Amino acid sequence: MTALAVAQPAGAAKTADVAVRVHGLLRRFGERTVLDGLDLELRRSEFVILLGQSGCGKSTLLRLLGGLDVPDGGEVSVPRRRALVFQEPRLLPWQRVWRNVTIGIDARDPRQIALGVLDEVGLRDHAVAWPKTLSGGAAQRVARARALVAKPALVLLDEPFAALDAITRLRMHDLVRALRARHDATMLLVTHDVDEAIALGDRILVMRDGCIASSHDVDLDTHERFRGADRDRIRAALLHELGIGAIGSAPGLSTQRREQ
Amino acid sequence: MTVTTNVAVDARGALSSPSAASTSEPESFIDTETFAPPAAPRLPLALRRLRSPLGIYTTPLVLLAAWQVASSLGALSETLAASPVEVTKAAVHLWQVGAPSTLGEDLRVSLTRALVGLVIGASIGGVAATFAGLSRFGEQLFNGPVQILNTVPFLALLPLMIIWFGIGEMSKVLLIAIGAGVPVYINLFAGIRSVDQRLVEMAAAAGAGRWRLIRRVLLPGALPGALVGLRFALAYSVLGLVVAEQINASSGLGFMVTQAQTYQRIDEMFLGLAIYAILGLSADQVVRLLERVLLTWRPAFGGAR
Repeated sequence: MTALAVAQPAGAAKTADVAVRVHGLLRRFGERTVLDGLDLELRRSEFVILLGQSGCGKSTLLRLLGGLDVPDGGEVSVPRRRALVFQEPRLLPWQRVWRNVTIGIDARDPRQIALGVLDEVGLRDHAVAWPKTLSGGAAQRVARARALVAKPALVLLDEPFAALDAITRLRMHDLVRALRARHDATMLLVTHDVDEAIALGDRILVMRDGCIASSHDVDLDTHERFRGADRDRIRAALLHELGIGAIGSAPGLSTQRREQ
Repeated sequence: MTVTTNVAVDARGALSSPSAASTSEPESFIDTETFAPPAAPRLPLALRRLRSPLGIYTTPLVLLAAWQVASSLGALSETLAASPVEVTKAAVHLWQVGAPSTLGEDLRVSLTRALVGLVIGASIGGVAATFAGLSRFGEQLFNGPVQILNTVPFLALLPLMIIWFGIGEMSKVLLIAIGAGVPVYINLFAGIRSVDQRLVEMAAAAGAGRWRLIRRVLLPGALPGALVGLRFALAYSVLGLVVAEQINASSGLGFMVTQAQTYQRIDEMFLGLAIYAILGLSADQVVRLLERVLLTWRPAFGGAR
């Protein structure tokens, strides 16, 4: 794989190795075409970051992959066992934490299963708490537990850290990495934070004009993800593609300069 | 140093003339507010108890006592208003030797009517509202008729009920059922439709089936609304009871009040009103208890202490 390669729908990956396959995806809202013939392929247990400016269709794509929306054209094929993590925790306020975790599963002993997953996210002691008593970070961890409980083959995360403070966000990154090491699921995380993308992803996709514009492999170890020439190169490339590479090239900023 | 000087100036200015103080508002003044646990409870425990020793029953009981005092002092004419003691005596008398039926018998008959009507009305209203809340088709099917029933005062249906179903139990129970069913329907329907769409989406994305979505998301989410409906239903069923029993009844509380009116028994009239009041108050307490038990999850304002 080259560092910069546009995702091809008819890729070389074998079917057994592909978790998500999207071909020619079309979605319009009224006059506006949000997804315009989008192609995408995600490999098994790959952690992919979807990066793009706000309003570029990231969330629309995620909702389509999660089955919450129907496309106007094209084809989406995703694993049946999948989970969606939203920007807000979306806990049911009238159900205790452990019941929130098991909303989607059928099991003989759901409580035991819930306790197991809550243990993984460090909230076993809060199993019988009401959601109103949880902090923002804890609520988001419950949402994470709810996503993991069904042992999904695909986890879709829609800016799950956007509403958290910087320190909690770093803790959540650690948690996601730990969970990823234990669970064999394909993960697709939507964000607009370039540093977060580099910190977490195996591969970073940049979305523009309703299509996947480019794909960057991040072949770095944990240390290299935070400092080093490779990291800086990827970061610069991503920023450039998002249209904010060189400070002067951003339209808003250059206008200001001229005024000065 | 400068602060103390300013305070002195301001204090003097305020003493001599208020306008001088406001014009010389110094910058070094910051209007602060300090929060700390109170050193001692604002009121001693005994006094706090005294402020409201019997909860919501305090005010009615104080009024009752004032009423008794007014009657005893002769400020209230006995021919216009019976004193609480007189009403109690009437209650004891009717309980023991009521004619044609005892007070206990009247109560039993009335409560049965109210309860049967309430159960029928709330069940039909509840099932219809659930169906209408869940599907557009159900909404189109039920909302029209219920809105019509809601607009027509249900008490005005009594003459029609009597012509259709006679003067027996049927017309009374049906009237109460209509009165109770409509508010249950309207509030439960609104409750289901106001459940956060994002939670419904979450449940669907998590893989919850339709039945689980209804049981774990929509109905619990609609519960606060449903309880408001139940509160209205209880009040309306007592209302329906009063009206239905005062026409063509041969037993029950309404009949007792009508009898009292015929024989000019002011104490028995007041007894009837007192019983209605107690029924209303206990119904409200039942709903409050239900709310406390069923809505513990709700982060809601509980009123200032």
